[in-house]
Amino acid sequence: MTSAEAHVVIVGAGHAGGTAAALLRQYGHKGPITLIGEEPIPPYQRPPLSKAWLKGEADAESLALKPLDFYAENEIDFRANSRAVGLDRATKTVQLSDGSSLTYDHLILATGSRAIHLSIPGSDLRGILALRTAADAEQLKRELGPGLRMAVVGGGYIGLEAAASARALGADVVVLERESRLLARVAGETLSNFFQARHEAQGVDFELGASVSAFEGRNGRVTGVQLADGRVIPCDLVLVGVGVIPNDDLAKIAGLEVNRGIVVDLEARTSDPAIFAIGDVALRPMPIYDRMFRMESVPNALEQAKQVASAITGRPAPSGEVPWQWSDQYDLKLQIAGYNFDSDQELVRGDPATGKFALFHLKGDQIQCVEAINSPPEFMMGRQLIGNRKPVDKTRLADPTISMKEVAG
Amino acid sequence: MAKITYVEHDGTEHVLDVKSGLSVMEGAVKNNIPGIDADCGGACACATCHVYVEGDWLSKTGDKSAMEESMLDFAESVEANSRLACQIKVSDALDGLVVRMPESQH
Repeated sequence: MTSAEAHVVIVGAGHAGGTAAALLRQYGHKGPITLIGEEPIPPYQRPPLSKAWLKGEADAESLALKPLDFYAENEIDFRANSRAVGLDRATKTVQLSDGSSLTYDHLILATGSRAIHLSIPGSDLRGILALRTAADAEQLKRELGPGLRMAVVGGGYIGLEAAASARALGADVVVLERESRLLARVAGETLSNFFQARHEAQGVDFELGASVSAFEGRNGRVTGVQLADGRVIPCDLVLVGVGVIPNDDLAKIAGLEVNRGIVVDLEARTSDPAIFAIGDVALRPMPIYDRMFRMESVPNALEQAKQVASAITGRPAPSGEVPWQWSDQYDLKLQIAGYNFDSDQELVRGDPATGKFALFHLKGDQIQCVEAINSPPEFMMGRQLIGNRKPVDKTRLADPTISMKEVAG
Repeated sequence: MAKITYVEHDGTEHVLDVKSGLSVMEGAVKNNIPGIDADCGGACACATCHVYVEGDWLSKTGDKSAMEESMLDFAESVEANSRLACQIKVSDALDGLVVRMPESQH
């Protein structure tokens, strides 16, 4: 068999898996493609679920990565409501939840991650929700309404985006965060404080350093969140957003190299050359930071979809990217380029009080990461400077009257 | 509905009927047209749906927001007729629109 006729099986029909299937066809792969999805609908964009979609500004059709008939037209065998439950690398066979099995020439694991479930008393009460899938988002939208009070457990990006959308829908919101500040794992203190102030100005309440010990309920439905200090925060519904864990179980069972994420190389290939892993589940090398890490972002899913489609179709691998991500809350557009590794300085460009500023995290005179609020030039030029490792003049970078183009020289 | 011609950098043309209400970017992405990456899905956050609007169509595609202007300013190979395709809403008035793609979106 030539590689052009090879059967590609993709396990996981999220942003990564769906994009890989489409790119394989775009790059000229002629062999059969099978796309296995756990959810009842074809691949869709998750980012709007906590933003435009929740506020009613986007519909299901606009969320879909491709129209439904795309899959049949492009001879992609999309199987909804299906899950891979076994993987035998010796026979190159994947067992599916319906008892059937598939043999592959190339296997792509795009199994993503799942929301962490809090195992505390009362966590099975109705009205305690997560926000990961379209079904989750539909339930949240049904339950939200003017005058209702939503408690958000976890002050990360998902929780804060949902808080902003809930305020737009007229609901009251209280955010409960275990750490002493918001976004503790993913952002610096300046940004945490800025977001907290902006949310407070929009009427969101915060309980920081608040450890959740139980949920209280009546008639099977949640009525409050109990904190470790004994206080009970009353609410009508709870959104839990305390992080995700990679769905790497199948890879573990099959004996692939796994380390809180499936270990892959620069082509997204696992320790088995016939198997790739992409998206949230992959632990991938990032040469510009000289380390391996796992990223939970759409740009990461897209980049790795390109890597795998290139590897399978014999194209040169895409040139390494600078990872980036974004978040929309109220009238704030946050764009982040790079990751804040090994930095020794945070430099503020612009005035946070104006709602338009950027935080540069530097290692010596090199930019490692930029967090830009309503500041596209800082994001775009910062991203380039992270990628080309060009040193910057910090005095000039800190002066917003000098344009980013001049700063970059 | 509008008939839109997407021209890849190598000259390959794709003529599509795109529904009113969608963006010019969505018309390309949903039909798997190469050359428009649209990493952020239309949030005006990435500038990877850069296109050149051909002929007299530019004025009919509407005004650029400050955000789009600012993102485009840092994209590669920007010209006077550059737009972000996610910010152009399709309507009957754009029937016949021709957009050309740059060599690379990154």
